[in-house]
Amino acid sequence: MTFEVVGKPLQRVDAVTKVTGRAIYADDMLPARTLHCRILRSPHPHARIVSIDTSAARRLPGVLAVITGADLPIKFGILPVTQDERALEHEKVRYVGDPIAAVAATDEEIAAAACDAISVEYEVLDPVMSIEEALEAPKDERIQDYGGPHNIHKLVALEFGDVEGGFTRADHVREDVFFFQGNTHLPMEQHSAIATYVDGRVTLWSSTQVVHYVHRALSKVLELPMNRIRVIGAAHGGGFGGKTDPFAHEIIVSKLAMLTGRPVKCTLTREEVFYAHRGRHPVLMWVRTGVTRDGLITAMHFRTALDGGAYGSYGVASTFYTGALQTVTYDIPAYRFEGCRVFTNKPPCGPKRGHGTPQPRFALELHLEKIAHDLGIDPVDLKRRNFVKPMTRTVNWLRVTSCGLDECTEKVISASGFARRSRRPGHGMGFAISSYLSGAGTAIYWNDMPHSEVQIKVDRGGVTAYCGAMDIGQGSDSVLATIVAEELGLQPADVRLVTADTDTTPIDLGSYSSRVTFMAGNAAIEAARKMRAMLVEAVAAKQACDVSAIRVRGGHIGEVSFQEASELAEARFGALTTAGSYTPPKIAGPFKGSGVGPSPAYSYSACVVDLDADARTGLVKVNKIWIAHDVGRAINPLLVQGQVEGSVYMGLGEALMEEQAFRKGLHKWPSMLEYKSLTFLDMPEVETFIVETVDPEGPYGAKEAGQGPLLPVPPAVCAAIYDALGVWIDEVPVTPEKIVEALRRKTKGQPARFGPARFPTIPYPSTIKVEPPPKNLDHAAASSI
Amino acid sequence: MKHEMLRDVERVVVTLDVNGERSELLVPVHKTLLEVLREDMQLTGTKHGCELGECGTCTVLVDGKPELSCLLLPIQVERHAITTVEGLAIGAELHPLQQAFAELGAAQCGYCTPGILLSAKSLLESNAQPSRDEIREALAGNLCRCTGYTKILEAIELAAGRMA
Repeated sequence: MTFEVVGKPLQRVDAVTKVTGRAIYADDMLPARTLHCRILRSPHPHARIVSIDTSAARRLPGVLAVITGADLPIKFGILPVTQDERALEHEKVRYVGDPIAAVAATDEEIAAAACDAISVEYEVLDPVMSIEEALEAPKDERIQDYGGPHNIHKLVALEFGDVEGGFTRADHVREDVFFFQGNTHLPMEQHSAIATYVDGRVTLWSSTQVVHYVHRALSKVLELPMNRIRVIGAAHGGGFGGKTDPFAHEIIVSKLAMLTGRPVKCTLTREEVFYAHRGRHPVLMWVRTGVTRDGLITAMHFRTALDGGAYGSYGVASTFYTGALQTVTYDIPAYRFEGCRVFTNKPPCGPKRGHGTPQPRFALELHLEKIAHDLGIDPVDLKRRNFVKPMTRTVNWLRVTSCGLDECTEKVISASGFARRSRRPGHGMGFAISSYLSGAGTAIYWNDMPHSEVQIKVDRGGVTAYCGAMDIGQGSDSVLATIVAEELGLQPADVRLVTADTDTTPIDLGSYSSRVTFMAGNAAIEAARKMRAMLVEAVAAKQACDVSAIRVRGGHIGEVSFQEASELAEARFGALTTAGSYTPPKIAGPFKGSGVGPSPAYSYSACVVDLDADARTGLVKVNKIWIAHDVGRAINPLLVQGQVEGSVYMGLGEALMEEQAFRKGLHKWPSMLEYKSLTFLDMPEVETFIVETVDPEGPYGAKEAGQGPLLPVPPAVCAAIYDALGVWIDEVPVTPEKIVEALRRKTKGQPARFGPARFPTIPYPSTIKVEPPPKNLDHAAASSI
Repeated sequence: MKHEMLRDVERVVVTLDVNGERSELLVPVHKTLLEVLREDMQLTGTKHGCELGECGTCTVLVDGKPELSCLLLPIQVERHAITTVEGLAIGAELHPLQQAFAELGAAQCGYCTPGILLSAKSLLESNAQPSRDEIREALAGNLCRCTGYTKILEAIELAAGRMA
């Protein structure tokens, strides 16, 4: 298969807009008569609201509306099973930052003064601030009125294959405990939304990753039919999963626009963004694995405990994800997973790049390193022996089609000189692998409809593609334009795009779970091929030849220009519109909870980190990172590299410094100075290898690129620290004091590690035993299981 | 009538020279340069990420030197030449830095891009062929969450090479 534009490192279609400062982000909009909205938020982590008095605020000149929970009483939430949030709480607050009242005023300062003038009487309750506290009986009352016992939100227990038998067969069994601290997305753009209400219709522009889910939530809470609400994704200043929930401020500005008849805007402050959160769950993990003396895995038992914060968010899915993808990289013949998510009085956790899988990946990779050291086998070799094979099904019913693990490993091991690494004191190298979804196989809410749809209009030479997909900076607009251009023999710049607008574009579920290239890409191919067939038919009729003789390339269809071909086709068929859609294959296993984990294809990554660690200070200097990523096919290698480099950067930040921690219910570091992230000075050189395995179901064989390459970085850092200093740091972030403490323990003859001592006792239910599927996948029937 | 007038907000007339154009504005004395650029002059290319001087997103040039517009008051920069991202292109032609950022994918979400372009412009004016470490040092005050910085470094080097 040869391509004209696919596979070329072409400039993004929005590049000039962005480098000239002309992209219009939500907060850049300021229509005439815009009112500014500020939200009053709870100062307490856990309290009952006794009364709210807004009368003084309402009297302030310049205040046009003040609303409280009584105005927006209907609950919402991203998952149908956890509709536990209100845009404004009027009964109880569950974290510092929970919204209570909102003001629309003629300027921001008046709105802020009005918030100060609202008086709220609280009955303060004992806050629950850790996983351990959440497992115990609460002193006052539970945070949420569902789930349980105590403050447990969700419990999961699944078993695939004969786990006990697997452990019995093992020559060596090892147990470890790990902790992955929570961290946040820190997008450069604060969340912002602006709404208008005209002709009985709400229009909302927002910095969201999921216009469709916001649309649904608005309809529910505002009690308006969806056809009276329009949600438009404004230019997007970074999400990383943090703008994937419907948010209170989006509902609030819509309601205030309805009440005042004027545009209403709310842009969160940076501090509010830290409290809005929905970021990486802190996860405590226990893993027990049996292996043969050759290092082949015979059974694995994995337990997780997630600190979920105060609300459900994506938490049920996050819980399943902490147990789902272990099997997608390693052939585990028998597997038991027990997961638990608890509520605490902190900002809700949700999806961040890798959603629920970087934490278990960290634990799994380091655990296997330790097993390799136990057995005296090279860790890279031990991992390789257990790699999954392409065209197989895992013990927990996940379908693996293409898999480039071997090639990715080969690339980074050989380029980094891993096997010949220098042995100078304090120098170390570490290796890890990972995998991620190319889109979730099931939608957030159960339905049989497509996950993505694309329409194409050709109009006297012009080509416009319409799709609900939201470009959050990852370049999904460029991918859509590239695919349509490829099929119609054009350049991406020839294709006009209309995206992320619920009025004018067909559905796409949004930019989450690395689904857009795969799903919108497949929908775009279908729509474009239908359009191409009409153009070809019209030209073939003119040239009096068979359609098979007509070539489509270089701006020409057969012997005529694209412009002329489109005129011929319009004369022949009338209005030229086509549509395509993509529905993932129904490949979920036959058990409850099987909806989380299946994906039409998995990406694979391998990583080597080279660092120097100072035994006296614990300071780590990362010298270089090699990363190889199996993206199936790189539709635009420049954009793939950008996604891979950005993922490595974020993974390294999580490994070394990013940390969302709390003191007395308050975020310890709710500012960009104190919440540490890597600067230009901290970021090492990254050498990227793109591996192409051409997936049977991906568009031109493509898979995901934006999340998977984050995952191997934290465990590779810790493996390198062990290589350098002989101590295990079993939790991230790896701060200098943890290294120094581990070294101190080592000199005192204690276990040379820093990490959690134990895993708590959790009342997991009895396991649901699931029969594993047949292992090999029929090559001819990859899409059916 | 603006209600802030009722609250006795002191307003001043400021004369700002932005991108070579002079404007006279009546603004509340405490309004930052960032706010005045965005809200009173509709120059929304200048972004905000923290409004506390921590992220570099609101960087503009004052007499060619990078400054954080969220920490400046307009009265401090009267009679100084202010450059925002809107003033970077030469007519319809992109500045070499903009061209290189576009070609190499150095802007993903694009939100930090205006500030980084301006910091880079200032660097190249004082040091036409900076080493990679000198670029890192000059841009250490500009955060980016998308790119991992690699493509930005490459783009600045490409632009420096072309401008030489």
